[in-house]
Amino acid sequence: MKIVVTVKQVPDTNAEKAFDPATKRLNRSAIENVLNPFDEYAIEEALRIKEAAGADSTVTILTMAPQKGVDIVRKALGMGADNAAMLSDEAIGGSDTMATAYLISQALKHIGFDLILTGTQSTDAINSIVPAAVAEHLGIPALTYAKKVTIADGRVEIQRETDAGYQRVSAPLPALISVTKSINEPRYPTLKGIMGAKKKEIKALSLADIGADAARFGDAGSKTWVESFTPVSARGKGTVIQAQDPVEGAKQILEFLIAKKVV
Amino acid sequence: MAAVAQAPQSLNFELPEDLKLLKSTIREFVEKELWPAAAQVEDSDEIPAAILDKMSEMGLFGLPFAEEYGGAGMGELGYCVALEELGRASAAFSNLLGAHCSIGAMALHLDGSKELKDRFMPQLCAGDKLACFALSEPNAGSDAANIQTAARRDGDLFVLNGVKHYITSGDIADFASVFAVTDRSLGARGGITAFWVDLNAPGITRGPNDKKMGLSGSHTCELIFQDAQVPADRVIGKIGAGFLTAMKTLDMGRLSLGAGCVGTSQLMLEKAIAHAKDRVQFGKPIARQQAVQFMLADMATEIYAARNMVYNGAWKADRAERFTIEAAMVKRYCSDMAIRVVDRALQIHGGMGFMKETGIERVYRDARILAIYEGTNEIQRMIIAEELLK
Ligand SMILES: Cc1cc2nc3c(=O)[nH]c(=O)nc-3n(C[C@H](O)[C@H](O)[C@H](O)COP(=O)(O)OP(=O)(O)OC[C@H]3O[C@@H](n4cnc5c(N)ncnc54)[C@H](O)[C@@H]3O)c2cc1C
Ligand SMILES: Cc1cc2nc3c(=O)[nH]c(=O)nc-3n(C[C@H](O)[C@H](O)[C@H](O)COP(=O)(O)OP(=O)(O)OC[C@H]3O[C@@H](n4cnc5c(N)ncnc54)[C@H](O)[C@@H]3O)c2cc1C
Repeated sequence: MKIVVTVKQVPDTNAEKAFDPATKRLNRSAIENVLNPFDEYAIEEALRIKEAAGADSTVTILTMAPQKGVDIVRKALGMGADNAAMLSDEAIGGSDTMATAYLISQALKHIGFDLILTGTQSTDAINSIVPAAVAEHLGIPALTYAKKVTIADGRVEIQRETDAGYQRVSAPLPALISVTKSINEPRYPTLKGIMGAKKKEIKALSLADIGADAARFGDAGSKTWVESFTPVSARGKGTVIQAQDPVEGAKQILEFLIAKKVV
Repeated sequence: MAAVAQAPQSLNFELPEDLKLLKSTIREFVEKELWPAAAQVEDSDEIPAAILDKMSEMGLFGLPFAEEYGGAGMGELGYCVALEELGRASAAFSNLLGAHCSIGAMALHLDGSKELKDRFMPQLCAGDKLACFALSEPNAGSDAANIQTAARRDGDLFVLNGVKHYITSGDIADFASVFAVTDRSLGARGGITAFWVDLNAPGITRGPNDKKMGLSGSHTCELIFQDAQVPADRVIGKIGAGFLTAMKTLDMGRLSLGAGCVGTSQLMLEKAIAHAKDRVQFGKPIARQQAVQFMLADMATEIYAARNMVYNGAWKADRAERFTIEAAMVKRYCSDMAIRVVDRALQIHGGMGFMKETGIERVYRDARILAIYEGTNEIQRMIIAEELLK
């Protein structure tokens, strides 16, 4: 079984972020980038599926990112993925979510797959759109928000996490699954994995390789654009309740919450 | 900033890709797993078993050792990169790993026969078995050549008698590199032999754990040998060459000890900067006081010097160049540096630095040993001078 995990490079959650006023884009050059934390769960799940399925299964990492994104690919390979493909091109800049999903689906068609795993969302743009949109482009079922995955007899069944509990959803392969953070505990890259990562193939994909239609990505190919941006206004100081007696303190907090109609 | 001119030959200070990934992996591990456990390690004086398991799974116990023996093959540079990051966690972790990799198993790795290494290195690298290093004795600390523990040949066996003390991980280790006298008339040169000893064998007793100033979660104790039988095929290297093995091993340990000092100091600097910006006295952050600024400037400068010493020493070690003088300089400078940096970080925190909750007082207590073990800083100066004057 050929499992492909799509992963995104995102700014370190702790880093201060700034927008470039000229391009209205996030200034990504100045900040430390990391592997989208949600995608670590997808990688872990892919590795577990591979380990259970046996020898002829492989895990391929696919990312669309600037060249620097190779660092997050190495991390994924260090965790145990077999190989990777990376789509990098200046012309991709400005692509919105739908354009991104189009390009990723083209890349997936190019490299081939039986099963696609994704995170539920990125920590920077947080759209949660790419997985479903990619599946739509590929014409395969999308099983989203999986907190458990079972594969048997050419079918996949998931427990789809909801606020109330979970739904059981199943579909034939090939299919795309997005996984939630409750599905597993991602492993750390092992030291042997780290040493082995540099020997694994990271295939560079070009826009030509994947047969991308120039009208469907970049600024020109995007149907949405950023009109303007405003920094989040600084939060006020907040109310501090200082009470010697914890019961008295709790009472004051409760009164505050009732006044705010929170409880 | 643009380069001044194209350098004719480039001196490259950038870590290779795999070691960068190693560094970020260990940092993430420290932040997610080891920091949250700091208070627990301090209070319980134990490393949680779940963390030990994760350390084994990652392959930390085989970090510097060759791949053919189950190690990760990251060399001394890789080991120093990892220890630098681990220096940001409770000292218990680097002490456990240090006793095992830097010195305990290192002696076997450096001078053991292929048969011995084939047999024992894989389990040591996997973290299934833990090693320690037993050189010091009550009457032979700095003067290690004066050890009294004796190994008497008896056919296919050596019979050991004597006491080793202050042995890190002596309470939990499965194996030890033990240094004992095989021929008293020959002294250190020719008279001391290194043995690979199974600590669970009859004739070996472990003393109670010592009560220490710091290093909660890392224990030292006596190892007492009373007619302990060690098979003759467990000699590490040549009979009579044990003192050399001990010295070579300690050279390695000194570099990574320095690396740990750099990581600890870097963390202390970061905490001091954050506090200095935050703490307001006399109507402005104390970071605006030049006296505080100068402390921060000195801390950062010394860390910069120390880090470059460590990396340069490790680079030499991996090129199989002689690095005895560098190792001694690294150990001496980095440990004194760490003690100074922690002291200043505590000073910048004022009364809060003395309180348990900031965790700085723990680092302050834990740092003091750095100038003492693996050869006191006086002994390091003797080694440096000896190299200079020979
Ligand atoms: C108007 C507009 C303009 C934009 N311009 C730019 C720009 O110029 N430069 C820029 O970098 N971004 C730009 N973005 C953001 C970028 O398009 C989004 O990050 C992208 O659409 C993915 O959406 P998301 O991050 O919300 O992913 P989600 O839908 O939240 O991601 C879910 C999952 O999809 C997969 N995934 C998402 N992105 C990738 C990827 N790149 N490679 C592989 N797998 C992935 C991952 O598995 C992830 O867990 C723009 C967005 C908009 C709306
Ligand atoms: C927490 C801890 C862990 C340890 N772990 C291990 C371990 O795992 N394995 C192991 O074998 N040992 C271990 N040791 C022992 C450690 O290596 C010794 O304590 C150290 O080498 C110093 O020896 P000593 O304590 O006997 O001090 P001494 O040798 O008695 O020294 C006392 C003082 O005299 C100075 N001094 C001695 N000789 C000279 C000289 N010629 N010139 C100038 N000054 C001199 C010393 O520098 C020191 O300041 C550990 C010790 C501690 C405290």
